[in-house]
Amino acid sequence: MAEQQLGDALIREQIGKQPVPQFSETAWSAPPALSEARVAVVTSAALYPRDGEPFTVSDTSYRALDHEERRLILGHWSPNFDRSAFGIDYNVVYPLARLDELVEQGVIGSTASRHYSFAGNQPNDVATIRHDSGPACAAELKADGVDVVLLTPV
Amino acid sequence: MCTLAHVFEAAGLATVTITAIRGVAERMRPPRVLHCEFPLGRPLGKPNDAEFQHDVLRRAFSLLERGSGPVLEDHPEEIIGSEEPLSCTVPPSFDAEAAPAVEEARGLRQAYDRALAKRGISDVGAAINADGVPDALDVLQRIVEGTPWKSAGIPGGHTTALANDIRAYYEEAALELSEAPDPGGRQAEAWFFERTEAGKLILTVRKALAAQGAPQPVWFFMAPMHRS
Repeated sequence: MAEQQLGDALIREQIGKQPVPQFSETAWSAPPALSEARVAVVTSAALYPRDGEPFTVSDTSYRALDHEERRLILGHWSPNFDRSAFGIDYNVVYPLARLDELVEQGVIGSTASRHYSFAGNQPNDVATIRHDSGPACAAELKADGVDVVLLTPV
Repeated sequence: MCTLAHVFEAAGLATVTITAIRGVAERMRPPRVLHCEFPLGRPLGKPNDAEFQHDVLRRAFSLLERGSGPVLEDHPEEIIGSEEPLSCTVPPSFDAEAAPAVEEARGLRQAYDRALAKRGISDVGAAINADGVPDALDVLQRIVEGTPWKSAGIPGGHTTALANDIRAYYEEAALELSEAPDPGGRQAEAWFFERTEAGKLILTVRKALAAQGAPQPVWFFMAPMHRS
């Protein structure tokens, strides 16, 4: 592998061998037909709008993002991933224009009125998003009638 | 992402997770995962390529048709992003009195402003705004020259946020100056750390901070982990 291609490979290797949270079983929820489903995006890119609250280091909370708001700041603290692509086309992380097109085509039923953003750099035990902010976000998604969540990392 | 998939699914939401790191998904076993071996920071693979992005979404949503899980599938295309420095000419320095990085940052300001006008938003702002970039680089230069880091007056008080702001200022300007419509995965990063005075200064100040005894979190996260 050429030296200049070591970045992603090294970071994948390092992150891939870190301890991960354990779940004793995998929950399973059957969705409605995609053409009838309401779809939301939840990303770990720490996105927030210009007048929103920035993410702090190891922030365990989340931000709601209005479906119509596309001018967003990528507030993730990690220096380890590419940010230039998001600056060129937000859909490469947060594919709302693509979802709008799928609604127009009848492939998905509708998009959520609000999507959500977390910070990917969480404390190792992920206790808060597992037991507090994660369930709280799920409740907001359910209240909006969401059936399907697409999760996108950076 | 895998933790949230478990949490959401238990709450009655059907989830599809895109992952860039297969080993994590294998061990965490969330309900439905599409592994995409794309450059980190690009879960949909290719900016300004709606067709490719739709292909990723089609494959992801197809996992919802499965009757049981966990399901882990791979996108068939691997994208190895270029890590060659972006081709981008840095404006020349005219002020012999200013540190090279300081003058360089001043020279990039017009490009940064054009980029901001186009996009309508900037990632610069966690510790400083664009006006503060030259002065921040001057502070980092003084740390390299021996000023103790605790008394240097690090703008915003946080080295990681400061480094991220400086890098964002440069990369946003570079995208405006470069003629490449879609830089590869780490081309903007490589340009910043290998071709600019500011990027080289950040790598140098990391070493200076470590040599001064600053705790590892103060300096380590100022640059990607593979850049020593």
